[in-house]
Amino acid sequence: MTIKITSRLLKEIHTHGENAYPEEGAGLLLGSEQDGFRSVLNLLKLDNSREKIARHNRYLITARDMLQGEKEAEQLGLSIVGIFHSHPDHPNLPSEFDREWAIPWYSYLITSIQNAEALDTRCWRLLDDRSGFSPEEIIISQEEN
Amino acid sequence: MPTLKIPTPLRPYADGQSALTAQGQNVSELLENTLEQFPHLKKHLYSEDNILRPFVNIFLGEENIKDLQGIETPLKEDDILLIIPSIAGG
Repeated sequence: MTIKITSRLLKEIHTHGENAYPEEGAGLLLGSEQDGFRSVLNLLKLDNSREKIARHNRYLITARDMLQGEKEAEQLGLSIVGIFHSHPDHPNLPSEFDREWAIPWYSYLITSIQNAEALDTRCWRLLDDRSGFSPEEIIISQEEN
Repeated sequence: MPTLKIPTPLRPYADGQSALTAQGQNVSELLENTLEQFPHLKKHLYSEDNILRPFVNIFLGEENIKDLQGIETPLKEDDILLIIPSIAGG
């Protein structure tokens, strides 16, 4: 499993996480998949809808945001292929809470933000039996798709 | 029969279909009949305690059934339901 993203979009994800720090920032990955090869072609950066007191270690994208995301993706001829979110001052590994709430098929892009600076991003997909995640390789392209 | 639209991530568990039809006087019956046809969908929609997972939202038109009568919301023959996940993590 691989997911391709341009350095420009990855930088936007990092900036979104840095701007949300010390809270978690999140959004949707819009893209396409062909022959098992997934590409991120656009982003939908969203507000963290969790209550303020929980936003340092939780994020929420509401069903209404997802409905809107589906509509925007459709207008662009794309699909929601995954979710991105940040882990302020924590590694970019999925938490148990991430697993409990995870949805199969989606790519979960997690960026570790340390002291308001994005360090590194990894990508994960939920295993079919929901027992955990498997890593998904990120291919960073310098060129626009 | 009412129609249940399936989001992309769950289509592999519904034989790749984007919309399913099933009998049901209310949402609960529709889900029960749908999951009878596609049992692999169940583990992603229901927890081990057999309750709808918290991220599963079902919309009837523009209305979340949580704001109507929940899974007891009555359905008409031509109703279209959408499964829309909310996304959370930490």
